[in-house]
Amino acid sequence: MADTITMQVARYRPEQEDELTYQEYEVPCPPEWVVLDGLNYIKDELDGSLSYRSSCRMGICGSCGMTVNGELKLTCATFLTDYGSGPVRVEPMNNFPVVRDLVVEMGDFMEKLTRVKPWIIRKEEKPLSNGEYRQTPEELEQYKPYSMCINCMLCYAACPVYGLDPDFVGPAAIALAQRYNLDGRDEGAWERRNILSAHDGIWGCTFVGECTEVCPKNVDPAGAIQRYKLTAAMDSLKSLLMPWGER
Amino acid sequence: MTTRSTEPFLWLAFSAGGVLAALLIPSLLFLFGVAFPLGWLHPPEHARMLTVLGYPLTRLIVFLLCTLSLFHWAHRFRYTLYDGLQIKHLNELINPFCYGGAIVGSLVAGYLVLQLP
Amino acid sequence: MNDGAGYTEYHPRWLRPKMSTYWWLKRRRYLKFILRELSCIFVAWFVIFFLLLVRAVGRGDLAYQRFLEWSGNPLVLTVNIISLLFVIFHAITWFNLAPKAIALRIRGRGVPPFWIAAPNFLAWAFVSAFVVWLMIGR
Repeated sequence: MADTITMQVARYRPEQEDELTYQEYEVPCPPEWVVLDGLNYIKDELDGSLSYRSSCRMGICGSCGMTVNGELKLTCATFLTDYGSGPVRVEPMNNFPVVRDLVVEMGDFMEKLTRVKPWIIRKEEKPLSNGEYRQTPEELEQYKPYSMCINCMLCYAACPVYGLDPDFVGPAAIALAQRYNLDGRDEGAWERRNILSAHDGIWGCTFVGECTEVCPKNVDPAGAIQRYKLTAAMDSLKSLLMPWGER
Repeated sequence: MTTRSTEPFLWLAFSAGGVLAALLIPSLLFLFGVAFPLGWLHPPEHARMLTVLGYPLTRLIVFLLCTLSLFHWAHRFRYTLYDGLQIKHLNELINPFCYGGAIVGSLVAGYLVLQLP
Repeated sequence: MNDGAGYTEYHPRWLRPKMSTYWWLKRRRYLKFILRELSCIFVAWFVIFFLLLVRAVGRGDLAYQRFLEWSGNPLVLTVNIISLLFVIFHAITWFNLAPKAIALRIRGRGVPPFWIAAPNFLAWAFVSAFVVWLMIGR
């Protein structure tokens, strides 16, 4: 086993070039090193101009998503030794504008997360004297997977529909909406309906399923979307056949 | 109705068509498309076909199979053209072609089923 | 790019690579997805083929026999064999994905995906057997 591995890292420096270029670095690869360790070594020892995002280095902050040898990964959760003798090609995540090197612009994603009203909506707040909302473990199971999202954006990078049409609201936003729709304490499903059923909402999804494949937290956004399609379609059918129902 | 509010119904038709197509088409296509022409199995006599297609229930199922399968094709093909060939901007041509085609096909299916003796 | 507060905004030029027309060739899963979507064309072909059959049956024994002969034509046969493969692919992928849309809970517990997909496959087997019997059973 070699002591070092070649990392081919994408560089984009808008002040001096128009396109992505690649730069090669020789990086040590002890068995416990992850791709992020390699990037940190490059920045510390070889080339301080490299720009990238990272924070917790343990797969919970969602900052370090990148494309490694063509696959979408959290670089803090991907071992260098998985790539044998290398080389390891590191590029920014797909489908987002690249600001610099491995840093992508995430404003669109942030806007969409807030657009789906990701908070408990109640028609009437219960008074404090009633005490806390209580929830059984079974009720929690209904929405728990969808609450595990770390906002890493890998699902948006994987989704070809989002790549082709950046207006598409996207997997994480819909999964987040479902996290609240399926929470027994929430009464806001109707408010979210209009947002999700809009032309840039759920109906653009063609169930490619890649979002679920790349999700590091097993949120299964594809499943959330398909379930929601069924719910929304049945609701539309009901309101067509029985328009007198109370909202 | 704007396209926005028809989407749920188009998706329901697509789903129903997908289910019927998945359940019924493989066996029917295997028989009439492969097994009978290749001589692996003997095709039914004409009289038997008339008998089977004579039941109102059979005619209804045949009609639903054809209609919903065509709407399944229309919906899926429309999105394949959007995403595969990236021609979503031509949606004013694509949508009538797909759903219009499905409607025409459904009318033909209805006519043929009704004019069976 | 000056605002009144006295500092300039620096907005870097973002790189927006365009998505290739052949994006679906870049990953095996994408290719599988596109093939699954294209299976709908063969579903539509079957409807046309089947309606031709229905029309022939309605016109009498001679027309029916001619239809059966025409279905043996090498081109028609080839198209139908390919269609059969795609239609089976459609059915398998469809039933495997059914559990994603249907989240069933029995007595407060989620039903595992296998038990949603399995009845679908079983129904497929029964319906197919019934169709075959209907056509060629004694």
